[in-house]
Amino acid sequence: MNKILEKEYFSEKVVKLVVEAPLIARSRKAGHFVIIRVGEKGERIPLTIAAADKDKGTITLVVQAVGKSTAKLCALNEGDCITDVVGPLGQATHIENVGTVLCCGGGVGVAPLLPIVEAFKKAGNRVITVLAARTKELIILEEQMRAHSDEVIIMTDDGSYGRKGLVTQGIEEVINREKVDLCVTIGPAIMMKFVSLLTRKYEIPTVASLNTIMVDGTGMCGACRITVGGKTKFVCVDGPEFDAHQVDFDEMLMRLSSYKDME
Amino acid sequence: MNMDNKEYLAAERAQTWREELRKSKSNKERTQTARVRMNELAPDYRITNKEEVNQGLNREQALTEASRCLDCPDPLCITGCPVQINIPKFVKNIERGEILEAARTLKETSALPAVCGRVCPQEKQCESKCFYTQKLKKEAVAIGYLERFAADYERESGQISIPEIKNRNHIKIAVVGSGPAGLAFAGDMIKYGYDVTVFEALHEIGGVLKYGIPEFRLPNAIVDVEINSLQKMGVEFITDCIIGKTLSYDDLHEMGYQGIFVASGAGLPRFMGIPGENLIGIMSSNEYLTRVNLMDAANPESDTPVIQGKRVAIIGGGNTAMDSVRTARRLGAERAIIVYRRSEEEMPARLEEIKHAKEEGVEFLTLHNPIEYIGDEKGKVKQMRLQKMELGAPDASGRRSPVAIPGATETIEVDEVVVSVGVSPNPLIPNAIKGLQVSKWGTIVVNQETMQSDLADLYAGGDIVRGGATVILAMGDGRRAAASMHRALTEKI
Repeated sequence: MNKILEKEYFSEKVVKLVVEAPLIARSRKAGHFVIIRVGEKGERIPLTIAAADKDKGTITLVVQAVGKSTAKLCALNEGDCITDVVGPLGQATHIENVGTVLCCGGGVGVAPLLPIVEAFKKAGNRVITVLAARTKELIILEEQMRAHSDEVIIMTDDGSYGRKGLVTQGIEEVINREKVDLCVTIGPAIMMKFVSLLTRKYEIPTVASLNTIMVDGTGMCGACRITVGGKTKFVCVDGPEFDAHQVDFDEMLMRLSSYKDME
Repeated sequence: MNMDNKEYLAAERAQTWREELRKSKSNKERTQTARVRMNELAPDYRITNKEEVNQGLNREQALTEASRCLDCPDPLCITGCPVQINIPKFVKNIERGEILEAARTLKETSALPAVCGRVCPQEKQCESKCFYTQKLKKEAVAIGYLERFAADYERESGQISIPEIKNRNHIKIAVVGSGPAGLAFAGDMIKYGYDVTVFEALHEIGGVLKYGIPEFRLPNAIVDVEINSLQKMGVEFITDCIIGKTLSYDDLHEMGYQGIFVASGAGLPRFMGIPGENLIGIMSSNEYLTRVNLMDAANPESDTPVIQGKRVAIIGGGNTAMDSVRTARRLGAERAIIVYRRSEEEMPARLEEIKHAKEEGVEFLTLHNPIEYIGDEKGKVKQMRLQKMELGAPDASGRRSPVAIPGATETIEVDEVVVSVGVSPNPLIPNAIKGLQVSKWGTIVVNQETMQSDLADLYAGGDIVRGGATVILAMGDGRRAAASMHRALTEKI
C-alpha cells in the first residue's frame, strides 16, 4: 500500500500524483517504470516514473485517464493508497554527453521525458525539447522543461498554444537548422512511429521509450513483446527504451489493441 | 541415504505399535487389496467451473489404502522422494487412525504436504520405487493420495500443528521469491531459529503455486493455509519488492542479512520464432495462466482481461500445457487442442493430467508442429499452419526426435493460441549481482550438494538453478540450501 501525498490536475483527464515509495525513490533512475494496481480486483499496469525525491521518499507519476485502470487511479485522492506499487523496473536511460539532444514528448509522455531531459542537460548536452499536444490544456510541465532545456518548442494540433502543427514539424525545423546528435521520443505509439520515420530520413540516432501491455513487468509473461530489428524483445526487461529505427511500430500498435474490444 | 538416517528409520520401524500393526494383517491380505481410485468431479460438470477436480480420499478409503503398505524393512519409496519424507511412518499412522500424527510426520521434512500431495509426480518418484511397482508388478501404494489425505485432514480438523521453534538466534536471512523453493527454505530456516524474511516481486505470496498452477488442480486456499503456518512460525513476507531492483544485494547486506537464498523462479517464456507469433490472441502459457490464476481475469469483476477463445490451440506437451488447455475448456473453448511435435508417449506431462484433459474433451494433435500463424485484417490470429511430423532416432534426452514429413502440412482454424514450450530463467537477479556465476542458459551456478553459489553468502535453488523443474524438486533444493547454509553459519559462530 502506497499513500498518495499530493494530487494535482494538469487537465481534466491528466493527473499528477506524488506517491510515498521510499525504496523506489532511492533506487530509480531516469527511464525506469513501476507497475501499479488499484484495488484487489485491479489490473497491473506499467507507468513510467516522472520524478522522484529521495529525501522525501516519494515518486511522481503522471497519469492520463484513458481506460478503466487509469481512470481508477486518477480517481484516487490525497491520503488514499494505491494497492500496489512495484519497481523500479526496466533498464535506465543511457545518459552521456553526445552533443545536441532533441527530446520530443507528446501527451503524458512528456512526464517521463522530464527526468531524461534533466539528466542529458546535467551530462553537459545542449538539450532542445519539443512538446506536443492536441490543444493548449494538454501541454504539461512546460515550466520544468524550460528549466532544464536550452530551448523549448511547443506544438499544438489546433494552434491554441505555441505553434500550430505536429511534433514532426517542430523536429524537422530544428534538424534543418542545426546538427542533432541524438533524438529521444516518448509519447503515443503513433507519434513515436512518425518521429522515428522522420529522424531515420535524416539518419539521426533515435531512442523511443515504449509503453506496452504488461502483466507482471518482470520478464515472466511476454505480453509486452515487440519486434526490434527482426527479433522479439520484451519491453519490461530489455526496454523500455529501444533504437526507434529498429522498432516495428505497426506491430506494436496492433498489439496495443489486443484487448480494445473487451473494455 | 546416510547411516544416521537408516538407523533412525530402523528405530522408528521397530516401535511396538509398528510391529503390532505389521502383524495385524497378513501380507497376502494386504497385497490382494486393489489400489484405491481417487474421487473426482464428473468431467462435464467440472469444465463449467474451477472447482478442484480431485476430491481426495475419505477416511475409510485412506485407511484401507494405507493397509496395503507392507512397511518394508528397506523402504525404497523414501529414496524416490526429493525431500525424503518418512513415508512408511506416515502411512502406518494413517492405517492405525492417527491421522494428525501422520500429518506431523509429513511436516518433519516437507514444508508443503497439502501442495505436494496434489502436484508431485509421485508416479515418477516415491510410487515408482514402491515394492508393489518394483517387485509385485502391481499398482503402487497411493502415497500421494495418502499424503494429501493426511494434510487435508489436519487442516480441516483445525488442529494444525505449528512446528516448535528452537531458540531464536537473531541472524537475519533473506529469501528471494515465495514459490516452492523459497517457502521450503524459509520453513526450515525458521525452525533452525533464524529471522527469515521472504521478498516477493508480485503482489501475492506463493509464486508458481499461485500464478501458475490452476485452481482446479491446486486451490489457492490450500496454499494460503501453508503460508499462514509459516507466518505463525515467524516468517516475514514482503510483497511488491524485487531484489535486484527495489533493493540490491548490497542493500541486503547493509540491512544485516547474513545469508541470501535466491529462488526467483522461471522467467522469460520461450517462443518459437515463427511467422505471425506476435499476432493478437497468441500468448505464452505464463501470460495466459497468470491472467486467469493470479489476476482472476475470467471473473467479470476483475479489471484484468483475458481472451476467451472458442478454438484454442496450446503448443506443447508438458504440465503447463495441460493446465492451459484445461483452463481454456473452462473458459468456454469449444475446441481445445494440444499441439505437440512428438507422440503422446514422449509427453512430459503427468499421466493424470493427460487423462483428465482427455476426459474433459481436449483434442490431442500429436506429431504436429506449428510453422506459421495467419491473422485477420485487425491482426487477430485466425489460422495456424501445422507441419506433420514423424519420429526419428532418439535424441540426447533419449526421446525419439520428431522429423518433418516433407510437404505434409495442414491449416486449422484457431482464435487463440497459448505457447507452452518452456521458459528461460529469470534474468533479473543474474543481471543485478556482480560476480555471480551464471551458465550459458542463464541459470545460477551452484554446488549441487550445498546449493551455494560462488558468492559465499548467496545460495540458490528451484528454476533459477534448474531452468525448469517440478515443485518438489524446487522444495528439495530449498531444504538442501537451508541445511548447508545453517551448517556454514553455525561453523562461523
